[in-house]
Amino acid sequence: MTQISKFLAATAIASSLLLAPAFAADTIKIGVAGPYTGANATFGEQVYNGVSTYVNEVNAAGGINGKQVELVKGDDACEPKQAVAVANRFVDQDKVQAVIGHFCSSSTIPASEIYNDAGILEMTPSSTNPTVTDRGFDNLFRGCGRDDQQAVVAAGFILDTLKRDKVALIHDKDTYGQGLVDAVKKTMEERGVQPVLYEGLTRGERDFNALVTKIKSTGANAVYFGGLIPEGGPLVRQLKEQGVDVVFVTGDAFAQTELVAAAGGPANLKDVYYSATPDPLADPSTKGVQDALTKAGVTPANYVLYGYANAQAVVAALKAGEELDAQAAWLRANTVDSAIGKITWDEKGDIKDFKFVFYNFDDKGTPVLVK
Amino acid sequence: MDVYILIQQLFNGITLGTIYGLIAVGYTMVYGVIRMINFAHGDVYMVSAYIAAITLAVLTFFGIQSVPFALISVLVITCAITALYGWAIERVAYRPLRGSTKLAPLISAIGISLMLQSYVQIAQGARDQGVPTLISGAFRFGDGVHFAQITYMQTVILFASLIAMGILTYVINHTRIGRECRAVQQNIRISAVLGVNTDRIISTVFVIGAATAAVGGVLVTFNYGSFNFFIGFVMGIKAFTAAVLGGIGSLPGAVLGGVLLGLTEALFAGYVSTDYKDVFAFALLIILLFFRPYGLLGRPEIQKV
Repeated sequence: MTQISKFLAATAIASSLLLAPAFAADTIKIGVAGPYTGANATFGEQVYNGVSTYVNEVNAAGGINGKQVELVKGDDACEPKQAVAVANRFVDQDKVQAVIGHFCSSSTIPASEIYNDAGILEMTPSSTNPTVTDRGFDNLFRGCGRDDQQAVVAAGFILDTLKRDKVALIHDKDTYGQGLVDAVKKTMEERGVQPVLYEGLTRGERDFNALVTKIKSTGANAVYFGGLIPEGGPLVRQLKEQGVDVVFVTGDAFAQTELVAAAGGPANLKDVYYSATPDPLADPSTKGVQDALTKAGVTPANYVLYGYANAQAVVAALKAGEELDAQAAWLRANTVDSAIGKITWDEKGDIKDFKFVFYNFDDKGTPVLVK
Repeated sequence: MDVYILIQQLFNGITLGTIYGLIAVGYTMVYGVIRMINFAHGDVYMVSAYIAAITLAVLTFFGIQSVPFALISVLVITCAITALYGWAIERVAYRPLRGSTKLAPLISAIGISLMLQSYVQIAQGARDQGVPTLISGAFRFGDGVHFAQITYMQTVILFASLIAMGILTYVINHTRIGRECRAVQQNIRISAVLGVNTDRIISTVFVIGAATAAVGGVLVTFNYGSFNFFIGFVMGIKAFTAAVLGGIGSLPGAVLGGVLLGLTEALFAGYVSTDYKDVFAFALLIILLFFRPYGLLGRPEIQKV
């Protein structure tokens, strides 16, 4: 008896293994690549949550042209080498038809070479480095802004709105952070303003007191920081602790609620400004999406909405045809009414007229739009 | 040159270096006793930061307002729980491999390191967490514009580290457990023959190492205020460097190495470049190891054939 049941069980398992690929052929696979482990894991999770919420809606409504959508996770931990491995796996093993990702610019740049060779549609929800789309790949689209758009706005904001001329530029030596700072530097130099300091800190560290003392010794009255919260939060706090009187301006990576904790409370955020897209969470037209997210058990955060919006664009493009040419042509010709507003793309694959605005913080640490 | 800036950089370096030293103690003691580098040590420190924050939250919940009382009870509770982690890790991951090749416990240590990181990431989330500023304010020297300052929290760090190191030195040099530790460090087999319970001593060393890392974790958490599951990595590497610089196996060496590393980083970052401070610190380490292969205070191991 046991022999027979064992045999039956084995047969069942074997046949299910045989059936699996047959089912898989009837689905459309979308790879979602980003950091699910490592220091930036929180962003990867946010993007994935946004994408999966939208894809569940699509599947419930019948999928793409009758086919169900299946998501494949690829963890690059924001490391370029791992990103290439993920890209190869997506192309060779998983045979995905589109990719949403990667997250960090430093991962998107090498991985996109592989998607370009394989002719797979890729859209990044967050890689803002100019190089991403400047290489002329026809398969690569950006579902977010560009650093140089952001930098021009930031340089103007520091010099004209805040009226500060002694600017210390600090970056985290990563593609996003340094790219942003280099673009700000270039814009400032074009206007004849030399930065008083240009330095890179080490990611993963918490003690920037030496750097803070150095900023103080240069007599800077503004700091522009290109980097992420794990380093930016302590930097803000240590500037306050050492009593350095500067305004702190940074990029869209600061648009996260955890900043308040990382910077040691709302009091430290008094003179902190960050540039970002007009907050999709504050836009009344995104209320429907936010409700859908909350209903699906996902807290609507910034990159959740980007993930959702990118999924909307990619699914719409996949509906337009099975070939990359048709998909790319559709994106270049049409407008997507997305979770982050109406978006259209130019020839390079960048979003047209991407707007940046500045936020400051109130007494409770809530971002407030700077008029 | 502004002398206040120099004094400030010295303060910055010494505070940072003291913390490196506290974490380095764990590396150096474990290496001294079982000749193994405990790569999970940085993550034990990371776990202690979380325990400290949770303990503080619980204390606040029960309405405890007194800052010194909160600080001391957080320190004690965190040390106790982290020590338990140290004990358990040794028991689960290293003791079963003691008789095998030298590489086996090393790999097992890396495994524990990854496990602790993933566990904290899943249990606590990947986001940066923070604790509010408990002690604010600073001693300032100089006039209103040019001044050097040492915050009250930095003063606490220096004193707490001094006390912790003092207790540790006393335990190692003047108690029975300390004597047994030194005996095991010199020769594990002969100590066993002479009646020292070597397994218990090795456990004790892990417990002490974890507890000093917890002191570091509590101080760092209250000083920098924010942490995530990944902070153990960089701190682990820096503290390990400090241990090697001072002479791995040597307790005063760990502290000396830590302070030197902290000072080097602060002065190089302050006067030359933040970008290259790590490059410079490690280059210095390599040059030093050319001349003193066993670190500043390390003693050469004589292999008897």
